Amino acid sequence: MPSNNPSMISKLATGIPGFDSIAKGGLPEGRTTLLAGSAGSAKTVFAVQFLAEGVRQFGQHGVFVTFEEAPADIRRNMASLGWDIAAWEAEGRWAFVDASPLPGETEVIAGAYDLGALLARIEAAVNRVGARRLAMDSLGSLFSYFENHALIRSELFRISTALKLMNITAIMTAERTQEYGDISRYGVEEFVVDNVMILRNVLDGEKRRRTLELLKFRGTNHQKGEYPLTVLPGQGIVVIPLSAIELKQRSSNTRIASGSHELDTMCGGGFFRDSIILVSGATGCGKTLISTEFAASGASGDERCLFLAFEESRDQLTRNATGWGKDFEDLESRGLLKVIAAYPETMGLEDHLIAIKMAIDEFQPNRVAVDSLSALERVSTVKGYREFVIGLTSFIKHREIAGLFTATTPRLIGGESITEAHISTITDSIILLRYVEMFGEITRGITVLKMRGSAHDKEIREFSIDASGMHIGQAFRNVTGILSGHPRHVEPHEIKRLDTLFTDHDEG
Amino acid sequence: MSKFVLKLYITGHTPQSERAISNLRRICEAELNAQFEMQVIDVLEHPQLAENDRIIATPTLIKSLPPPLRRIIGDLSDSERVLLGLDLTPLS
Repeated sequence: MPSNNPSMISKLATGIPGFDSIAKGGLPEGRTTLLAGSAGSAKTVFAVQFLAEGVRQFGQHGVFVTFEEAPADIRRNMASLGWDIAAWEAEGRWAFVDASPLPGETEVIAGAYDLGALLARIEAAVNRVGARRLAMDSLGSLFSYFENHALIRSELFRISTALKLMNITAIMTAERTQEYGDISRYGVEEFVVDNVMILRNVLDGEKRRRTLELLKFRGTNHQKGEYPLTVLPGQGIVVIPLSAIELKQRSSNTRIASGSHELDTMCGGGFFRDSIILVSGATGCGKTLISTEFAASGASGDERCLFLAFEESRDQLTRNATGWGKDFEDLESRGLLKVIAAYPETMGLEDHLIAIKMAIDEFQPNRVAVDSLSALERVSTVKGYREFVIGLTSFIKHREIAGLFTATTPRLIGGESITEAHISTITDSIILLRYVEMFGEITRGITVLKMRGSAHDKEIREFSIDASGMHIGQAFRNVTGILSGHPRHVEPHEIKRLDTLFTDHDEG
Repeated sequence: MSKFVLKLYITGHTPQSERAISNLRRICEAELNAQFEMQVIDVLEHPQLAENDRIIATPTLIKSLPPPLRRIIGDLSDSERVLLGLDLTPLS
């Protein structure tokens, strides 16, 4: 259906980073959306941010109806996220409707009542600031305050209908008792709203994972499933849109140097300009070296490289590079290289992703090297890691940057890592580094397993490392089973026999 | 008996509002010996007053004097609970 169909509900861009892309444009305009979530799932932050982004980015004023926290608390709590609500109130761009409980006052119910006063106050506040956005946080307090739940539900319906008539786009938040179960505690969703979103804060394998799910947007389109999100100081909620990322990047035929002539030759003339290259191998077999050469080789063509190190410190990396004849300090001083070294444990994976994106936006590199991507596995759940890898690779491809990631295989000989399983289909090239044990000696082998869109060397070659870097030599002859970790020497006459196995013989 | 100061918040002159006003008048005249001051506030006309007093439901009766401050929500048709809310026990 075309999006300019007048019968379709239009969307209001919220301005919350990442949200509008998974919501295909934003929240249904002029409608009320229920935001359900358990305690600590950042419902209030989302509700406040919905108004804050409206004020900051779109000049759309907002009304915040609070049933739980006092306005003074909200002003103070949200200041840490960089929002000066008091200033907006003074400028007439923000209004509170304070329906928070009065401390120490007892109430008596003596006869029939309705929430007409609340609606009248909301309408007065909307008119006073000329609001286009409204948030109500949170409905649970209202239900615990008044015993007649059926009445409260019908009054909430009356309020959402009135908001619709005023063309206000609104969010109502509601509590959930479980992360996976009933949508909200008081069945608000069945009566009050057309649209439901769920915020989750799940403990999964000792790691907290925040997600947002758009459960239903009646009559409009949106992305399905749970999306990870994070709450950043000075920024607020950032939703990470994974599968919403479109695969629309151009594919370039330009080749770039890998940093090793022999490896370029094996790849059929170098890596592609906008490709993702995965280098996989056991510890110590040359991954950091390949990353270093990749990072340094761009400099000759004035290409900038961002080097993200998750296993070694800056000093270690610089020293290693010097040992291989690459001067990282010089490259950094010329603005051609930026090394960021961080321990994976310093923050959650979502925050790492955002930090990496910010570093890329700031430095505008032509190349990104991550050594090693698999080090980040240990700070996340398998699912969270998968989302991270997809988010990172699609971001890099989108920018038409060449990305070289390394992955450490758990076993010394043979084997494959979780990283490989997750990103092998996204990567354009896969290079395997393997230890090869033959006749009581360890040597190193390299092979190009995959090179999308190009012919490449299919042989497994022996390589060595010395003070000038990596040297790729001859292919292993008379050996089979290297990749599986069980290399076996094969007699030359046996190879000859195999070679002739599939050649046609003269009949007779 | 000290003087009662009462504020009754209503939203528009609906049958429910009128019922609350007449119930309050009846109870006050019967129980308070004309020792009361009664003010009716329409939230539609004075939203800011309702904002200051944090009125959510209407009708709401606020007894500001004598202390303690009390809120009584509803159309005041339940006289017994109104008297309870006003800290008065019914005569007889």
